[in-house]
Amino acid sequence: MRNTWIIFRRELRSYFSSPLAYAVMAGFLLIAGFFFYAILTSFLNTAMRSEMQAQYYRMAPPPINVNLMALRPFFHNLAVVLIFTVPLITMRLYAEEFRNGTIELLATSPLRNWETVLGKSLAAFVLYASLIAGTLVYVAVLFFSGKPEPGQIFTSYVGLLLLGGAFVAVGTFLSTLTENQIVAGFLTIILLLLFWVVGWADEFAGPAVGSVLAYVSLLSHFDEFAKGVIDLKDVVLYLSFIGFFLFLTHLSLESKRWRTR
Amino acid sequence: MIEISHLTKVYGTKTAVQDITFSVDRGEILGFLGPNAAGKTTTMRILTCYMPATSGRASIAGFDVFGQSMEVRRRIGYLPENPPLYSEMTVEKYLEFVGGIKGLDRRLLKTRVPEVMEKTSIRSEAGRIIRHLSKGYRQRVGIAQALIHNPDVLILDEPTVGLDPKQIIEVRELIKGLGGDHTVILSTHILPEVSMTCGRVIIINEGRIVASDTTENLTRRLMGSDNLYAEVEGPEEAVETRIRALGGVTAVSRQKTGKGRGNGYLIETEIGRDVRRDLAALVVGQGWGLLEMRPVGMSLEEVFLHLTTREEEVPA
Repeated sequence: MRNTWIIFRRELRSYFSSPLAYAVMAGFLLIAGFFFYAILTSFLNTAMRSEMQAQYYRMAPPPINVNLMALRPFFHNLAVVLIFTVPLITMRLYAEEFRNGTIELLATSPLRNWETVLGKSLAAFVLYASLIAGTLVYVAVLFFSGKPEPGQIFTSYVGLLLLGGAFVAVGTFLSTLTENQIVAGFLTIILLLLFWVVGWADEFAGPAVGSVLAYVSLLSHFDEFAKGVIDLKDVVLYLSFIGFFLFLTHLSLESKRWRTR
Repeated sequence: MIEISHLTKVYGTKTAVQDITFSVDRGEILGFLGPNAAGKTTTMRILTCYMPATSGRASIAGFDVFGQSMEVRRRIGYLPENPPLYSEMTVEKYLEFVGGIKGLDRRLLKTRVPEVMEKTSIRSEAGRIIRHLSKGYRQRVGIAQALIHNPDVLILDEPTVGLDPKQIIEVRELIKGLGGDHTVILSTHILPEVSMTCGRVIIINEGRIVASDTTENLTRRLMGSDNLYAEVEGPEEAVETRIRALGGVTAVSRQKTGKGRGNGYLIETEIGRDVRRDLAALVVGQGWGLLEMRPVGMSLEEVFLHLTTREEEVPA
């Protein structure tokens, strides 16, 4: 555990001593801010129009829910943006060590592979979490000007953390496959996109395969959290997904030892 | 301290190291000499648990590099060909990190980091970012990294490559000072480097050991001798003594028995002196049987032709 902590600290420090972390954060918050602004504006338009209609027909205004009509699409958009953001964070984790030869230091030190896997992916996850934490500012704006339901916001963030954990695990694994960061990042984006779109295939894939596809689609599970529902089966899916890919990472490193030139 | 027996490493169809056997005693500085791609790095990588051997055994301080890899790793310091540096860290933070993963606790680090920086003369660079260091300083940080946990065994892969002449001398002095406390294996393809720093040399070529001796002996052997292999049927002791007594013979060593009934002898002679006629006469005169006699190709010499026998000149 001590070794994991040492690896974790170095990795996190290395993120913040390169421009990458700042560039990713700035870019992500910019895009997230834009989505927030656009979705909120359209929500306000809808709200205003329905209010006017209600006045015109002398009826009570229909109920308008900021959680369902603004926050849920906002979080869904965030999740899609994350498909392209998380790989930028994870692509260097192992690829850089292979390229610089520092893997020889790690592999000849009294460390177990799973200790570096945990330390590294945890560091990437913490950077991811701070990225997500940045969006709390936008949500806070809503609390100033309206009355959103805090419960659904909470479950959405729990969902984002689990989703991000799964993304980080995939990215960490793919980073062990190549010494080229760009390749690692690109593969991660492709694989994450696949895990998103397989859900769409459930309609024409037949009932048996379709339900499996729908189940492994990462984003459809996130939608439950964005609705305000924490279902044990979704949590289990994410956690087992994370565990599976971290295990693959460990295996990939172990097998590398036998293949190295 | 280090025991290697019948070590073989095969990559796909290419054999990088073949049936290597040697051992290193505590406190010794062993030079691992050979041209590029001779199998030096492979051997070192196996010793440092970076990768497993295809067959054969290697152990450090009695611990097997494969079966008890964690114990071995705690006892070795390793400088790979390219120093494994994190270029965005400062020298001091980097050494603290390495010390940490080698198992030193925080309190020990407080004293160890300045100590190794002192030893490798990089104290003045403690706060600098590694990316901004010159090649010579990086190499020293690499050595400092290998020393941080005061390991019993140091394995240095081409520690002076790419340095300028002044830095080379400094690094060699540094390594020489490490013998005694540490057991050191250092690889190089530069002949004078070995004679300057190492007590003993192993010469490796195309994955095989071609010679292993003290530095002085090896140099002497290289300077003047031709080799002859003879298989003689007769009383071993007598044959050996009589051959040695022949004019021009400098050394005789008994080889493993050949195919026939006789014993094999490796006869070293003065350069340019052909003792074959005398040898044949001796054997026939004694009534022994001369089963085989052939000059031995001097693989050692061939290897040396591939070695850099002079210091590489620094481009002006």
